[in-house]
Amino acid sequence: MTKRFALGIFDDEDVLMHAIENVRAAGVKIYEVFTPFPIHGIDDALGIERSRLPIAAFFYGMCGLAFALWMQIYMLGFDWPMIIGGKPHIALPAFIPVSFELTVFFTCHGMVITFYAISKLYPRWRTPVLDVRSTDDKFVMAIEINESTDLNNLSKLLRENGASEVNEKEMTKN
Amino acid sequence: MQHVSPVREPLVTGGKSYHDVTQDVCRQVEAAPNVRWMAALSVALFFLGVFLYSVYRTLWYGIGEWGLNKTVGWAWDITNFVWWVGIGHAGTLISAVLLLFRQKWRSSINRAAEAMTIFAVICAAMFPVLHMGRPWLAYWVFPLQNTFGSLWVNFNSPLLWDVFAISTYFTVSLVFWYTGLVPDFATIRDRAKGPIAKVAYSLLSMGWTGSAKHWSRYETVSLILAGVSTPLVLSVHTIVSMDFATSVVPGWHTTIFPPYFVAGAIFSGFAMVLTLMLITRVVFKLEDYITMEHIALMNKIMMITGSIVGVAYITEFFIAWYSQVEFEQYAFINRATGPYWWAYWSMMTCNVITPQLVWIRKVRYSIPLTFVLSIIVNIGMWFERFVIIVTSLHRDYLPSSWVMFSPTIIDIGIYVGTMGLFFTLFLLFAKFFPVVNMAEVKTVLKYTVDNGPTYTGHDPHHDLIHKPTTHGVPANAPVNYNKHD
Repeated sequence: MTKRFALGIFDDEDVLMHAIENVRAAGVKIYEVFTPFPIHGIDDALGIERSRLPIAAFFYGMCGLAFALWMQIYMLGFDWPMIIGGKPHIALPAFIPVSFELTVFFTCHGMVITFYAISKLYPRWRTPVLDVRSTDDKFVMAIEINESTDLNNLSKLLRENGASEVNEKEMTKN
Repeated sequence: MQHVSPVREPLVTGGKSYHDVTQDVCRQVEAAPNVRWMAALSVALFFLGVFLYSVYRTLWYGIGEWGLNKTVGWAWDITNFVWWVGIGHAGTLISAVLLLFRQKWRSSINRAAEAMTIFAVICAAMFPVLHMGRPWLAYWVFPLQNTFGSLWVNFNSPLLWDVFAISTYFTVSLVFWYTGLVPDFATIRDRAKGPIAKVAYSLLSMGWTGSAKHWSRYETVSLILAGVSTPLVLSVHTIVSMDFATSVVPGWHTTIFPPYFVAGAIFSGFAMVLTLMLITRVVFKLEDYITMEHIALMNKIMMITGSIVGVAYITEFFIAWYSQVEFEQYAFINRATGPYWWAYWSMMTCNVITPQLVWIRKVRYSIPLTFVLSIIVNIGMWFERFVIIVTSLHRDYLPSSWVMFSPTIIDIGIYVGTMGLFFTLFLLFAKFFPVVNMAEVKTVLKYTVDNGPTYTGHDPHHDLIHKPTTHGVPANAPVNYNKHD
């Protein structure tokens, strides 16, 4: 599916932040903003919901902890009980290190895999980018356009809010 | 964006714009390899060869190739293991602990420090695996039933805790490092000219476009990774120290080991970061990103942890005396005055006395002195591990079994060889990956903006600080720096 975008190019993140507020206030829907680095407060300005990744991370961590405790208690306590140094079979203090490490292991890997999955980031041969300068020093605001969009007005709105250029680009989304 | 402090030193000097950051960091990746890099790589590859030869001897003829004997059952292998793992700690500390503490100066050094962590842990892992003698059976350390029945690994053993700690530490550091690299790979991809570079960096960057939503999640992920890596890094060296501390060998059986080892790890790690950064900044012309201020700050951390280590040495002595256990007392007197006195006093000189020079401002801000100091600390920390291990083992309860340990050429070859492995990996990293985290440096760039004459710099290096500059900001932009702070 081919989509058409109007791209407002900004040179500074503070200008961009004001522009986002004004463009949204003017009732224009922002498709996406591309920036070379994370900008403080941009999620609020764009109305991006708070990520639920921390909740997922907590859940993964609990899974890791449960798995580690089950593994150690089952293996050393029930499946093949061994007396080691006169300690009880289920020596919980001795199980703390492995339980901690597996909690961290599950938290990190679970969360990172989830992050790549929900962001649809995976190795690919070529990456279509709306404006290659957005990974260097430009801040790009993409607004989806269709037949009913008044391009002149949109361009004027972006320029009035500090866009140094306004371009049009087509992109095939797969 | 950020509040501009009137008293703090700028984090990036030279009045860089966002584009300058990209240019300066990508220059090295895009240019053809230079002669100095090739020469350095050749030396590193030579030592890698030494490593491979020593490993071949060890595996083909057995652990008898090493200088180990009946009493000293592990010496250079565990010394080198603990030393390398310790070096690795500074990288995680810079990327995780300093992120949690909102220390923005970490941004220009964290990438290289994390790479150092990963390569150091790889080098460290070589030693326990080789010490197994039959590394192809290394999977026995994982909780798998053995071939004879349903016997499991021993979860009460600190050596097994180590397996879990090191593998978690390695994989988590790797993921943390890689996730941080993805946006920078995207930058290189979008600048790449050649078809191979385009495809390679496209694969590496996983289709990163820098959309606001991704950045928002990316920041969440970084923060949580930092949050869990911080206790992780402390746990790893704590567990390494328990390999010794849970035994009853005089000289090892001490509760001070976990914090003392962690401090020592940070100490040697920062020394290695300094060594590498001092070279990297000159070779890659990154003086504006890794400033004298960075070097001074790292020096300070090195001095503080060095002092903690010094206190730990004295505490150990005190506790040995106070415990009234004669074996314990003898172990410590033997360390200082016995046949390995030279190792003990090298350790004391390198780790306790020399770092105190950092109190002097001139030393902190001097490149040659810092470089020498960082090397001395690395040597001292190697001796610390050696002293703890060998002096405790070579004489324990039974005087009839007292022996001296001396390394064989293979012992030395493996140790020197891991340096080759480390530098080979680091040089390849420095050539093909961005050494400085571009995205993060760009976020702190506006610190260099000096809005007025309030800043009172005392350092003559910063010739730019008195000029009112607005780098990266168009003159007519509605700037309000405090707004989003």
